[in-house]
Amino acid sequence: MTVAPPPLLAAASLSFLRQDEPVFGPLDFELHAGQLALVEGDNGSGKTTLLRVLAGLLHVDAGELRWRGEPLRRDECAGEIVFLGHQLGLKGDLSPRENLRIAAGLHGTCEGTNPERALHDVGLAGYEDEPVRRLSAGQKKRAALARLRLVPATLWLLDEPYANLDRQGIALVNRLLEGHVAAGGAALVTSHGAVSFHGGEPRRIRMHA
Amino acid sequence: MSQATLGRACAAVLQRDLTLAWRRRGDIAMPVLYALIVTTLFPFALGPENALLQRIAGGAVLVTVLLAMLLALDGMFRSDIEDGSLEQLVLAPQPLALMLGMKILAHWLTTALPLIVIAPMLASMLQLPATAMPVLLLALALATPMLSLLGAVLVALTAGTRRSGMLLALMLLPLCVPVVIFAAGALAAAQQGLPWIAPIAWLGAALALALVLAPLACAAALRIALDA
Repeated sequence: MTVAPPPLLAAASLSFLRQDEPVFGPLDFELHAGQLALVEGDNGSGKTTLLRVLAGLLHVDAGELRWRGEPLRRDECAGEIVFLGHQLGLKGDLSPRENLRIAAGLHGTCEGTNPERALHDVGLAGYEDEPVRRLSAGQKKRAALARLRLVPATLWLLDEPYANLDRQGIALVNRLLEGHVAAGGAALVTSHGAVSFHGGEPRRIRMHA
Repeated sequence: MSQATLGRACAAVLQRDLTLAWRRRGDIAMPVLYALIVTTLFPFALGPENALLQRIAGGAVLVTVLLAMLLALDGMFRSDIEDGSLEQLVLAPQPLALMLGMKILAHWLTTALPLIVIAPMLASMLQLPATAMPVLLLALALATPMLSLLGAVLVALTAGTRRSGMLLALMLLPLCVPVVIFAAGALAAAQQGLPWIAPIAWLGAALALALVLAPLACAAALRIALDA
């Protein structure tokens, strides 16, 4: 008899307080490898805060987070989680290629990919050496998405990945997510817009404002 | 798949900050010009008597260099916090203290090193005897990294506050007092032909302590600043 593997990430009555006011929660959910979860909620319902808590930027106020069945410890899962927030983490004075090289230096790279290929995959071929501050908002977003393509990670935490993107860009995010999930990864995506995801019905995590 | 090694990560952070500094070369020149102008003011204010200038030369150059470094300190983490690079650095599977150590090293290379390079010129403008010049350079080589390290901790502590520049100066300058006392003590001893190794050794000991502890404190302070 085989035991089912524990969920990649599990939250039990997770909540976060700001000056004793709950920002979200208590929240319970499980995320298995190969699953995509959509975090839904209105403005101010705490979607971004939830992602920052999961990424480890904010502390857990109440409740518990488990990573592969064990209480989550940051030093163990640091290389397995990628966070893409509203601030894209790109240096305006550097080119997309240089920005990706830094990410590669810090995180390592997936097999069979390099900064140039990752940029080509997100449709930034020809813009590799342009300073990021001269790119449009959508192109900056694409440059940040290229990081997902480049660095190895199990769990993607994407905060509004569709913002600023054109129709091809939205399709690109969906394609990236489908590829990641098919390869056994998991992703948590916040969005208040409608998302058309073709790789099966995503789980939904509803935030209450 | 290529693993991220510690060496490669350190090199990436160092190279990034040096490249960024190079793209904004004008900013590197600011502290240098500031130190040059302040040093020129001394003879105007005190009169061009060689004996008097010689007596104050060491201290004046030291204080001028420390103040010039203060100018550039404020921005050490600001742009990284604003564009989210700091979050990415915190989340990277690398020891944050070491990565910040690399950032501090890059900051020292781009602000303190140019100042050390022009320090002999500043000192000779104030008639510092050539015999005391090596001691001045040694004192600066030990005092400026101290200031970068202490400054980085304070910048990290004030990272969340707006208009932290003045607050930073008020917090950092008292901490500079022992650094200035030992560095100036060594210079004064060298000018009088006395042994100067003891104060330099104290500076070195303090620097060794700061090298180990400051990046750790800096990492803790930045984690707290982001967790808000």
